Parts: sequence; structure tokens; C-alpha cells
Amino acid sequence: MAEILIKNGFVIDPTRKIDGDVADVAIKDGKIVDTVSSAAKVIDAKGKVVMAGGVDVHAHVAGPKVNVGRLFRPEDKLFKSPMAQKNGYRMESGFSVPSTFKTGYDYARMGYAFVMEAAMPPLFTAHVHEEIHDTPIIDEAALPVFGNNWFVMDYLKKGEIENTAAYIAWLIRVTKGFGIKVVNPGGTAAWSWGLNCLSLDDPVPYFEITPREIIIGLMKANEYLGLPHSMHIHQNNLGNPGNYAITLDSLKLAEGIKPKNKFGREQVMHSTHLQFHSYGGDSWANFESKAKEVMDYVNQNKGITVDLGCVTLDETTTMTADGPFEHHLNHLNHLKWCNVDVELETAAGVVPYVYDKNIKVCGIQWAVGLELGLYATDPNRTFVSTDHPNAGPFIRYPRIIKWLMSKKAREATLDTFKYKDKVIDATNIHSMDRELTLYEIAQMTRSGPAKCLGLSNIYGGLAPGMNADVGVFDLNYKNMPSDPEMIEKAFLRAACFIKSGEIVVRDGEVLGHGHKNTIWVNVKMPENPQVMRDITQSFTKDYTVGLSNYPVRDYLAPHPFVIDVDVEA
Amino acid sequence: MPKIRLNMITQRSIEEGAAMEKGKTNPDYFTACSICEMNPEDMKKAGIWKSTNVRVTSECGSVIVKAIEPTQFVPPGLAHIRQGVWANQVVPPRTQSTGVPQYSGFPVTIEPAPNERLKTALELVQGAVGLWKGGN
Amino acid sequence: MPKLITQVGCPYCGSSCDDIEVLVSDDGKKVLEVHNACTIGNNLFHHANDSTRPMLPRKRQPDGSMKEISYDEAVDYTAKTLLAAKKPLIFGFGSTNCEGMSAVGRVAEKAGAVLDNCASICHGPSFLAIFDNGYPSCTLGEVKNRADCVVFWGCNPMHAHPRHTSRYSIFPRGFFTQKGQMQRTIISVDPRVSDTAKLADIHYMLNQGHDYELFDAFRTVLRGHDIPDEVAGIKKEQILQGAEAMKKARFVMIFFGMGCTHTDGRNHNVDIAISLTRDLNTHTKASIMAMRGHYNIAGPGQVWSWQFGFPYCIDLSKGSHAHMNPGETSSVDLAMRDEVDCFVNVGTDAGAHWPIDAVKHVKKHPFITIDPNFCMASEISDLHIPVRIAGVDEGGVVYRMDNVPIQFKAVLKGLTGVPSDEELFDMIYERMCKLTLTEPIWLAALEHRKYPSVVS
Repeated sequence: MAEILIKNGFVIDPTRKIDGDVADVAIKDGKIVDTVSSAAKVIDAKGKVVMAGGVDVHAHVAGPKVNVGRLFRPEDKLFKSPMAQKNGYRMESGFSVPSTFKTGYDYARMGYAFVMEAAMPPLFTAHVHEEIHDTPIIDEAALPVFGNNWFVMDYLKKGEIENTAAYIAWLIRVTKGFGIKVVNPGGTAAWSWGLNCLSLDDPVPYFEITPREIIIGLMKANEYLGLPHSMHIHQNNLGNPGNYAITLDSLKLAEGIKPKNKFGREQVMHSTHLQFHSYGGDSWANFESKAKEVMDYVNQNKGITVDLGCVTLDETTTMTADGPFEHHLNHLNHLKWCNVDVELETAAGVVPYVYDKNIKVCGIQWAVGLELGLYATDPNRTFVSTDHPNAGPFIRYPRIIKWLMSKKAREATLDTFKYKDKVIDATNIHSMDRELTLYEIAQMTRSGPAKCLGLSNIYGGLAPGMNADVGVFDLNYKNMPSDPEMIEKAFLRAACFIKSGEIVVRDGEVLGHGHKNTIWVNVKMPENPQVMRDITQSFTKDYTVGLSNYPVRDYLAPHPFVIDVDVEA
Repeated sequence: MPKIRLNMITQRSIEEGAAMEKGKTNPDYFTACSICEMNPEDMKKAGIWKSTNVRVTSECGSVIVKAIEPTQFVPPGLAHIRQGVWANQVVPPRTQSTGVPQYSGFPVTIEPAPNERLKTALELVQGAVGLWKGGN
Repeated sequence: MPKLITQVGCPYCGSSCDDIEVLVSDDGKKVLEVHNACTIGNNLFHHANDSTRPMLPRKRQPDGSMKEISYDEAVDYTAKTLLAAKKPLIFGFGSTNCEGMSAVGRVAEKAGAVLDNCASICHGPSFLAIFDNGYPSCTLGEVKNRADCVVFWGCNPMHAHPRHTSRYSIFPRGFFTQKGQMQRTIISVDPRVSDTAKLADIHYMLNQGHDYELFDAFRTVLRGHDIPDEVAGIKKEQILQGAEAMKKARFVMIFFGMGCTHTDGRNHNVDIAISLTRDLNTHTKASIMAMRGHYNIAGPGQVWSWQFGFPYCIDLSKGSHAHMNPGETSSVDLAMRDEVDCFVNVGTDAGAHWPIDAVKHVKKHPFITIDPNFCMASEISDLHIPVRIAGVDEGGVVYRMDNVPIQFKAVLKGLTGVPSDEELFDMIYERMCKLTLTEPIWLAALEHRKYPSVVS
């Protein structure tokens, strides 16, 4: 592979505490190196910002419910891709739920190198990997869901952490998954009978286990295995007024757990799309922001990382394994509703949603997401996300960065609200003057999420030896534009993006499909005969798919990057 | 000759599926699909003896099939030709702007045709596009 | 020693049973026995033994006869024909794995084709209803483990999905349904006394084509209103009885089929079925599912949705973006309006399953069939290219009727020199690129492609 030298850019690399120094970045054979020969291709980055490739800790980009979103919303294709190319690249379609091609291209145009598919139903693993295969350029991994799994609930009810861990190890291996995702623990299982768990102590029908026990048990199992990533949770009672109380209660469950891993990860709980979980009030009438209360707690507890889940004020498609929530949402907006209950494992729902700036609640939700980012004292534990596409599509990340970096931009948006005063009354956004720096943005989009995923030796920085994923953005560090729109524009279309040592984007145009990888975790531990017997029996009696057809076959993830985890017996 | 107007549906049957997987030129496929199931009352009205050939005519064509008593009960007024080559000689291609032809629920006239010959699948399809080289 | 291969997937109906056992000969070339399959699946596996299976493409000669040609010639002819056509139609995919469906996307984009699948003449109206109303559904294991009231509306699984009732819907003893059939109330809605209706506790023998009214009556009753003494030929008392059975159940499952989509009303019948399911969810748990016909006909809906954003009727001829408008871009309508000037029939038999009028229309232009076997379409084609049989001598991912992906295995060694669908489409694509002097655009780096492009 060729050598590349990115010359004279303003380098921002929080992993090495470099903040805007003018320096060169050298690339050889897909890795960052100290020096290259004079034969290297030179990219002039003078007057531009140079950062590592972006890392998305949580997005719904591949798999069954994402595809339901595409399939059942032809109207989402009316918003034509403004960036679609004519140079023979694959056709692009979809706004809130883009096609796999558009997903890969748009992330690359934004300089993103890695995206975590946030919820993989194990029974549908082959589907997730088929889509990942058909998504060009970006590296991807997927988190199988565990929070409502029959095996997990059964073992945890009996207090069997070791068996839980053995089952998880097996499932992550056969699904080529990455870690432990939990969605509305217990609540989604209850939804199979049309019910839900709205507090930490609501028992799951039949299994008689509570969300509290599931959360604690899965954190313990995660550390027992020493996985690269922590338990990654979508908490109970998402989206409802007053839910910040259960959010704080759930976050507190992390206090007793210590991280144990060889990947430099320090947290034991990643609490995702926190915006949806930081609401006060007890009805839509007195709905208000509790971002400060929630972030005050997060800031003080190093065992927790979060991502924002910012509302971007778009027409979008909500999709989650939180089946009962989607049913509830459908009763609020009366649009079309898809649901898939998955035998023994999970469920999912999909409902279109319009975050309308003429609606007070939507304005408040917008403010809550940004407030969380602005209250963060440790940007290395607080990450930019939209829970794509739930709070908005991922192509709005540059817009969120603009809002976080510019009070002027925030005020301009507030001014467009029909109920501006009511939104201001119910939130703190109007009084917050903080404007994040490019360094903090790099922490929230690069070094932070990479570390949280246990991937900090590969992604999120520009140290020699790391993957050569480098973005060049048309922003002058010494002379930032007074018009905040320029920030969004620069991050939406990278001046140049190098993925795995190959130039894949120039001036926002895709030039190649690069070398993408599927990343998965291979947990090695001694076989547990009881768990294997339970699995075999369940596949014989309860499942409708044969056990030998369940593990995803190697050819479906044809360019793997496997992380081995050895578990001592 | 007496005639009868009936409402026609064309749907799947296991005999058709099983024969199709042996091949559409297999005699089983011919036996399974070149038949029209009608209620005995309707047969009587039209002067049709069971297991004799009839001509089924719709708005877009006609086909010779063998009339039989229903293998699954069909009420008077309704007729059924199993999905396949013979049925599709009379299925109207109109789709109500959905893409799906009117495979079920279209009016047909059925009349006795005891002396007419049943054509094979290949003869019907190749014949329709001018490629049939066999005899008549 | 013959070898018994277990947990084999059956490439026939949408039940996609993956518990078949196939005994194959020592050399891996003959199917000796098939266990667990229904009669149709049994025939399908045995038919693969047919010694007359085509092993080379055949091209029609001026005198009307067919002559064997090489794969190179066939690929060249197909590439040139697709490029020459203004608006080719690529239709079928009833018997193709998802790898092939993914590969054809590249060919269709390059050709500016309309890409459509058998749903277009089957469950297409169900897609239209899903676009409007959503789809509260579940996997078949949920039906087995929980459903205590199962409705078969306009479908006849005893004939079309022979093992559906024993694996998933009527007879199996599931986790919360230990008593199997005893624990389930079965409702059938069919104008005939079908073999499925004979198994039902309640059979609504409605007037054919009046499904919408009957669905509406159930909704009206469930919402607490009165209905006329008779609706769609069904007595009021009987309707009240069924509504009560659904309301009282813990888990209601509604399966619907061609009886809804092939007749008057089409998508409206399915739309109101979905509304009934939504209504039922305010009383109890309820789910709905389309009885998809083929083992992987849910596949193109999935693959093309992630590639183009639409499940079927995908017009790529604009070059810049995909466009879908059933009625306009659906195969039979395009054919009847003479809007396509080349027809490629893949893994289906339009010759047998389209109304003959539509077949005559597409036959005015070049007609190519890609299918492992002889069929009506192959026998009227200008070119027939045989491929391996997905699920028999080629593995791959298929999507069951509940959209669960199942990884099928190959049980036989493929015929020498015969490519898979995916390999064939990749060869055609490469040839089209050569002819147009463009670089092929593969998804990943070339060395990461799933299959080599050269057939061994």
C-alpha cells in the first residue's frame, strides 16, 4: 500500500494531548507511522484541521429493524440525497434510514472510520452481517442484545453469574458480536405478553426477575469476562416525563462494580442516548429538562460513560428493541407501527416521528440533548450521538457539533421555535454560555468513544501504530469562522478522508470503497457443559431454527478483525 | 349448449406444488393443473358430466380443462382452477394499479366441451408466443 | 458410505423448514433419501438427481431450436442485451439466495433496469398496506410458544405450506402452549372448505371477495358497536363468537395469504387486517404475518430495501435514484403497457405464473431465463442460463416468511462448470464494465469478495 504524508495541518489528537499543533501525519501500509519516504503522496492540509477518523459508539445502521425502517417508509426516499454522486458509485437512497451504500458513503464523507451497530437480535445475526457486508468503507461491529434473553433471565434469577457469562461468551462468539447490549431490561420480555417494566423492581412475567437484577447481573458477567466494552444499556421507561429518577437509580447500580479488562476501559456501564432518559415533570404539560441533575451524577462517577442522543428537529424514524415503547409512541402519534417479537430473545418496534420545532416538547428534547453535552466536565466520557435514527439521522452530527461549539447557533435555532419562551422556561439552554472547543469535540467523537469501546489502541488517535484513519477538515484552528454554519459544512464533507491508509474521500466526494473490517470479539473460555446442554435443549424445544444453522458463517463477515479475550477458568 | 357464469379463483394446491417440483412437463403436473373444480349443482345446471372437458372463457381468453367435483368443497357459484399454466390462460392481467393480476374473483363462462382436447403446458405457452412446433 | 446431512433447509415454501435430513451418496452427487420434508420438499430434493438437468446455456436459433453455447458466450450476450435495452426488466428471485440478490443489484444499476420480484404478483399488496399502516408481527417461534388463537385468513397452509401447521401454528407444543392444538382456537376464513378450514374450530365461509367487509365487522364489534345481522354472508352471532375468542386469547396470531391479495380490494384487505391487529393490541397481544410463498421470497424485499430502499418494483432506469410506484413500475403493468424492451426471468417461471397476455407482451423483446431447471419460461426464451440450485447444490442466506434469516447449506456437489446466481451476476457485471470501458465497483476490496469470479 502506498505511503501518504498529510502535511502542515492543525493536528488535534486528545490521546496525545495535541491541541492544534501544526504537524505532519505519516501513513504507511494502513497504519500511522513516524516517517515516510520521499515517495509518499503528499496531502497539503495547511490551514485545515487534522483529526483521527470518527468513532460512533451507538447507531442503528444494519439489521432487521433498520431495514424495516427502510422498507416501510418509501416517503423517506422523497428527501433525495443531496450528496449522491454521478461517477459510477452505487446509488444512494433514504434520509433518516439511508441505504447501506449511503450509510457507508455519508459516514466516510464526515470522516468517520468506525460505527457500532447498537442492537443485534441474535436470531437475526446473519441479516446484520449481510448488511454490514454491503456497507462500504466504514469498519463496523454489532452488539447482540441480552437484557430480555430467556437464558440470561433464567441464570440470573438463580444467581448464576458464571453460567450467564458462559452463555454470553458463546452467543457473542456465534454471532460475531462485540459486547453486551441491554434494552429496557425485562420490559421487552414483558412486552411479549403486551406488558412492560417501568420501574427497576417490576418483575418480568413468568421469569420473576427484576430489571435491577438483570442490570447488576449483566455488569458482573461483563467484568467476569473482561470484555473490551462495558455493558451498554438503554434504560427502562425511555421517553416519559419524570423518567430522570429511574435513570439516576439505574446509573447508581454501577457504583458497586469495578472494571476488569485488558483494554484500557475504565467504565462498567455505558448509558446510551441519555437525552431520552433525562426528563422531569409528570406530564407533557410540565415536561422539563433534568439534564443538570443527571449530568451532575455522571460527572462524578468515572464508572459511567454516556452518549447524548441529541434531537435534531427532523422528520425521522424511531426504531428500538424497546417494543413496548414503540407501541406507546404509536398511541401518541397514530402513525404506522411495525413490531417484531423475537422468540426467546428480544423484540423491536419501528414508528416514524416528526420532531417539529412548532411543538414545545420537541424543543425541550432538543435542549436536553445539548445541555447534557454542555454540562459534561469530562468530554472523554460523553459522546456525540443521535441514537441514529431515533433522535435524528447521523448526518446531523456536524449540526450537533455546531450547536455545541456555538451559542450563536443555539440561539438562532431557539428563535425558530413557536414556543420559544416555554422551551426556555423548561430548560437551561438559554442561560448556558459554554462553547465546546475542537479539542473537546475530538474527545467526544474520537478518543472518548474509542476508549469506552476498548479500542483505543486502534481508533480515535493519531499515534504511530494506530489505524491510518485520518480526516482533514476545512477549518482554520487559529481563525475559526464567525459563521457557525461553516463548522457544520466542514464536518459534513471532509476535505479529505483516509481510511485504512487509502484516500476514500476528497472534497466530500467518495473515491473508493477502501478496506472495511467487521470487528468482533472472540471470547475464549472453557466449555461449560451445563450451558451447552441448556442451549441444545432449548433449540430442540423452543426455537424454530436448528442450532447448527444459528452461528453466523465466516464468509458473511469476510474481512474480520477479531479481538481475542481469554477468560481464566 | 347450456353455459354457466361462475366466479373463478385460482389458488395453490399441494398436488400442483408436488408435481411442479418434478418439472412442469411431468405428467403429474398436467394431471394436477388441467382441471376445474365446480360444485355438482353447477355442473348439473350447465349439463356438464364430471370428469369431462369444459371450455372456460374469461374476458381475456379461454382454455380447455377437465371439470371435476371439488377436492376441497366449493359452494355453488364459485369455481377453482389450480394455480398454473391452465389457470393463467384465463387470468385477467388487470391489477387495480397494484401490480397483482386478478388471480381470484373474476367472472368466467363454463360450457361443456367433451370433444375438445386438453393441451399440454408446453403447447399452451409456446403456442401463445408462436413457438409451438408440435401438432394441433 | 452415504452421508446423512442434518438440519438442512428446504428451498420450497415460506416455512423454510431447516430440520430436513438428506442422505447423499458417497460421491456427494446423488440424493438417496429425504427425511422430515413434506411431499413437495421431498420431490424437490429428488428432482436434483434428474440426469437431464441442463449444464450449459442454450441459445435459440433462427429455426426456433435451442443450441448449447458456452457460459462466456451466454454472459456476453446477456451483458450486451442488457446494455442495449432502454429499460430492461429483471424479475423473479423466488428461488435464489440472498447472495445472488445482492449481486444482481450491481447488474441492475449498471443496466438501468427495473428490478422486481415475485412479490409483485403475490404479496405486493401486503407491502402497499405495510407502507400505509405498518406491520405488528413476530417470529414463528413466538406463535409456537405463545399463540392460543390462530387465524388463517385467505390462506391454506395445508396445501401451500404443508409443515407450517405442525412446526409453528396449530399442532406444536410450545413453551407456554404445552397442550398444543388443544390449547389453541383455530379460525379459518375461506370461501371454500379448504383442508385448513377442516382443522378450524370456527370456519367463516364468506362470500368470495368480501374480506374487507368481514374484517370491518370484527373491528366494529371489538370497538363495541353493533353490526348487521349478516356480513359477507356470515351470520352476526358467528362474528360475535370469533371476536370474543380473539379478545379473550392471550396471544392472537393472524396469518393471511393470497385470498386477500389476489382478489378485489388487494392492499385494502391487508390494510384492514393490520388495523384489526392494532385494535386487538388494546385488548390483548396480537400479531400478524403474511404467508410468504417461497422459501426466500422475503429475501429480495430485505436485500433490495437495504440496497435501494424499496422491497420491489424498483425502477433504476433514471440512473440517479431508485423509484418505486407499484401499478407503474410493477412487472405485469410494465409488460401490459409495453414499457420494457428486455426481460430477464431469474429463479421463477413467468411463463407459467403470469397471465398469458402479459407473457405475450414481454416476449416481443429479448427474453432471457436464468434458472437451474427447464420450465415454461426457459422454453420460450432466447437464452436459458442454468445455475446451481440454491438450497440443494448451493448454500446461502434465505429469509423465512417471518424475515428470520436462515443459513442454508448445500447438500450436493454442484454440477461441474455451472455457476451460482451470484457468480453468474458478477460475471455479467464484469462483462458490462468491460463493454462500457468502466471500472467495476465492488463493495469491498477485490480480495475480499465472497466468491472468485472464475468458475472452476
